[in-house]
Amino acid sequence: MIAIVDYRAGNLTSVRLALEHLGLPAHVTREPREIAAAERVIFPGVGAAGSAMKNLAELGLSEVLRGVVERGTPFLGICLGTQVIFEHSEEDGGVDCLSIVPGRVRKFTPSDPLCKIPQMGWNTIDLRGTHPLFEGIENESEFYFVHSYYPVPSDLSYIFAETEYAGARFASVIAKGNLAATQFHPERSGRLGLRLLENFSKWDGSC
Amino acid sequence: MLTKRIIPCLDIRNRKVTKGVRFQNNVDLGDPVELAVAYSEGGADELVFYDITASAEERPIDIDMVREIGKVIHIPFAVGGGLHSIRDMYAVLDAGAEKVSVNSLAVKNPPIIAEMARALGRQNIVVGMDPVRTEDLRTCPSGYEITVRGFRERTGMDALEWAKRAEELGAGEIVVNSVDADGTRAGYELELTRLIATNTSIPTVASGGAGACQHIVDAFTRAHADAAIVASMVHTGEFTIAQIKDALLQAGIPVRRRW
Repeated sequence: MIAIVDYRAGNLTSVRLALEHLGLPAHVTREPREIAAAERVIFPGVGAAGSAMKNLAELGLSEVLRGVVERGTPFLGICLGTQVIFEHSEEDGGVDCLSIVPGRVRKFTPSDPLCKIPQMGWNTIDLRGTHPLFEGIENESEFYFVHSYYPVPSDLSYIFAETEYAGARFASVIAKGNLAATQFHPERSGRLGLRLLENFSKWDGSC
Repeated sequence: MLTKRIIPCLDIRNRKVTKGVRFQNNVDLGDPVELAVAYSEGGADELVFYDITASAEERPIDIDMVREIGKVIHIPFAVGGGLHSIRDMYAVLDAGAEKVSVNSLAVKNPPIIAEMARALGRQNIVVGMDPVRTEDLRTCPSGYEITVRGFRERTGMDALEWAKRAEELGAGEIVVNSVDADGTRAGYELELTRLIATNTSIPTVASGGAGACQHIVDAFTRAHADAAIVASMVHTGEFTIAQIKDALLQAGIPVRRRW
């Protein structure tokens, strides 16, 4: 069973529908015990880091999520979920985050006035090597992004793929051990996104 | 590099995809769910569905249809038409849509854009507009006036001013659907699209008039659009999304190639 963490951070329907399409048993939940006991955890999210961190604290999920990653449970962060696993985000005037991954989250600051924020659309990812989650997915494939902030890991060994936007080359996939996190939305990225989710459902958390 | 999006637009009338010229003489093109799958598998980057008769018939949007679409495609899609309240819009997102699109509703009640942005998240809010060319530059300095109810009603609102206001209020994206060009297949309204794309900081989508690949190239290179809506040229089967993307690639425009 895959637990999809519901912390009132946007609509989780598309993640649930993608897993249903693949025939993968999944459960949308905010129950700390269910999340802690899950075989795999997807940590999605759309919205702002400030309210996300507040909700996680109120729901008692911050420690639960750290525990899940520490115990070796296969973990997949998506979009805002990916950002709040870092130490700090520039969003909402600066927010301390979960500190699961060393590094910070910065806002795009394009110098070209025609470069729109948020980045909205399909962009390529430049993969560094191979990873079980990206089996069957070619380098330079396109995935669907919607975001104004991007992760900057301070430990470069966490970077598995990079993407360019607004003059920045940023970490679009974070991966270490049983932890993986994408800045893009696999659930909105068509066949290749579904492939990533299917790979996740089979992944034992090792690389 | 961020790619330019090609977005087939499916106008829905009585659960059938339909297409007319300047909102008239509509012909049925097929089942929306089947077409959604076909376009998604054919390389469309996003889809937009307009329930074009919902507003006129004063009925809510066909939410069951949205739910069926949400189950079978896993690329972003927007839904518009027949959205009267935040509750209607929430239901559409909850059925699997990525974005909601409003047009006349926002013209009549601009603050709803701010309310939508707060309740649903700015990135999910598309403001569509149906501008028409006008000679009355005193009222509409950009030379384009906003119409509502499918061109039936002029508003006296300047199109560029409205686009800027929509952005300020919280729109996440603007669709510029030219009434003059719609269904003509003679090319997008490039001047207005350029004005809006270069004077706002949110994505601008060119709409209305695409009939050839060069029109789409022009929308990206000359009008600086972030995405382009296509309808007749793909619905008739004359062009596939793959053919359009090949033409864009040849013109040096980045597009999604793997799907």
